[in-house]
Amino acid sequence: MNTDNPLVLGIETSCDETGIGIVRGRELLSNTIASSMDEHARYGGVVPEVAARAHLEAIVPAIHEAVAEAGISLHDLDAIAVTSGPGLSGALMVGIGAAKALAVSLDKPLYAVNHLVGHVGADILDPAGDAFEYPTVALLVSGGHTSLLLVRDLVSNVELLGETIDDAAGEAFDKVARVLGLPYPGGPQIDRVAASGDPKAIRFPRGLTLPKDLEKHRYDFSFSGLKTAVARWVEKKRDDGDEVPVADVAASFREAVADVLLTKAIAACHDYDVPRLLLGGGVVANARVRELAAERAQAAGVQLRIPPLSLCTDNGAMIAELGAQLIMNGHAPSTLDFPADSSLPVTEIQVR
Amino acid sequence: MLLVLDSSIGTSVAVVDLERGVIAERGEADTMRHAEVVGALIRDVLAEAGVTVDELSGVVAGMGPGPFTGLRIGIAAARVFALGAGKPLVPMVSHDAIAADWYEAGGTGELLVVTDARRRERYYSTYSDADTRVQGPALAKPDDLPEAANRVDATSVSAGALGMVAERRYAAGLPFPADEPLYLRSPDVTLSAGPKRVTA
Repeated sequence: MNTDNPLVLGIETSCDETGIGIVRGRELLSNTIASSMDEHARYGGVVPEVAARAHLEAIVPAIHEAVAEAGISLHDLDAIAVTSGPGLSGALMVGIGAAKALAVSLDKPLYAVNHLVGHVGADILDPAGDAFEYPTVALLVSGGHTSLLLVRDLVSNVELLGETIDDAAGEAFDKVARVLGLPYPGGPQIDRVAASGDPKAIRFPRGLTLPKDLEKHRYDFSFSGLKTAVARWVEKKRDDGDEVPVADVAASFREAVADVLLTKAIAACHDYDVPRLLLGGGVVANARVRELAAERAQAAGVQLRIPPLSLCTDNGAMIAELGAQLIMNGHAPSTLDFPADSSLPVTEIQVR
Repeated sequence: MLLVLDSSIGTSVAVVDLERGVIAERGEADTMRHAEVVGALIRDVLAEAGVTVDELSGVVAGMGPGPFTGLRIGIAAARVFALGAGKPLVPMVSHDAIAADWYEAGGTGELLVVTDARRRERYYSTYSDADTRVQGPALAKPDDLPEAANRVDATSVSAGALGMVAERRYAAGLPFPADEPLYLRSPDVTLSAGPKRVTA
C-alpha cells in the first residue's frame, strides 16, 4: 500500500446524503453526492427509512460517477474508508455493508471512521490555502449535530467540549421554518426571509448561557427552548389577530442561534488558548452564522476557517481524507467486524 | 460459480456451482447483526471454497421479502461486491430458497412459504414445484394467508439453496426477477398536519 500518498475511496451514508469521495493523499479527486433531501421535504424532516432506501439505490451509481470523475480504476485504490457512526443506524448500515463488500471484492484494507472527525478533516481538502495546524477548536453544526470539539491531532486526539443537549441547530431551523409556514429545509428559507428583518426586533432566549447553566454546560447547546419561545411568540401574535412579522422573527431567531454558537465557540478558543476556529456542517451555509463568525473571530484575534460548502455538508471526500490521514500516520486498518454505532463518541476517531 | 448473499432473515453467504453444488456456506442467525458479519462471512466463504473473485461468474442477491434494515445490507453488499468484482448481479426472491429446500427434501405438490414480516404480518409465496412460484411474494395478516396443501414457516434462508436455484434458472434459460428490494411496505411515515401549538 502507498502510505505516503494513498488513493482512498470514502463512503458516507450517516444521514440523507450518499457521499462517495476519492482522494489521493491531500488531493481531492472526486466529491460525489446523491441527496435524498427532496424526498424528505414533504415530511418536513429526514425520515430514516426513506433515507436508508435512497442510499441503497444511490450507492452503486455514485461509486461509478466518483470513479469516472477521479479518472481511476477501483483496482488502483489503496484503501476504502467508511463512516461507522455517529448517524442514523439504518442509513449507516447500508454504507458499512457496501464498504465491507467492496474491500473484500478488491482485497483492499478498510478504515471505519468517525463522521464528526471527518468533518474536521474536510479542511485539509479546502483548495483555498493550507489546512489548519492543530490544535484547533471545531464547531460542527448541522441538522443532526451541534458539537464543539478541541482537535489536538486529527488522527489521535479529539476531545468533545460540548454538544447539544436536545435539538441540533439545523433541526431548530427546520422547526421554526415550519412555525412560520416556510418549507423544508428551513435553513435557507429562514436565511432568505431574515435578510430584510431586524435581528434585534425580538430578544429570543440564548440557551445555556445563564451563569448557573454555564457551570455545568459551558460548551453545551440547547435549542429546544428557543424553538418553543419562537412558537409561543408567533402563536400569541396570531391569537391577538396581529400580523406576524415573519422577517423580524426569522432574523431574531437566526441571531439567537448564531450568537450562542459563536459565543461558546470563541469562549472555547479563549479558555484553551487556541487561536483557531474551524466551522463545519450544513448550517455554515447560513449567511448570518458565517458573518458573525468572521466578526467575532476577528475581534477575538482568532483565525477562522470555513471550507467550501460542498465540503461542509455531509460528503464522502472528508471520510476518504480521514482514512488517508490515518494511513499516512501509520494506523492499521479496521477489522471487518465493526458495527454501525449511531452514537459513536468523537474520541473514537477510528473503529477497529 | 456464484457468490450468494441473503440477509432477508439472518445473514447467509455461500459459494455455489451448478456441477459442484454448494461449495461453502456460512451464516449468522442473529437478525440484528447483518452489518457486523457480512464482510467476514464473504471473506471466509471465499477462503473456505478456495475460490478467487475472478473465478466467480456472478453475485446473487436475495432481494427479500424481509425486514428492511437487515435486507438492505445484504443487497448493498451484493451490489457493491458485484461492482468491485466486475461481475453481473443476479437478483433472486429469497423465498425460492425455502421452497427449493422443501422440494429437495422430497416434498411434492403445492407449497405455501411463510416468513415473519413483524408487526403481526407475514410474507408469503406459493409454489407448484421448486422452480415455479405461483403467487407472491406478498404480505398478509396470518388469518388471510392463502390455503395450500403444504406449508413451511421458515425462520432462515439458505444462501446455498438460493444460489442453486439461481444456477438452475440460468441453465434452463429462465428469467430472473428485477434488481429491486422486496420491501412490500411503504416507509412508515405520516405527513405532518402542520405545526402543533405549544401554548394552550
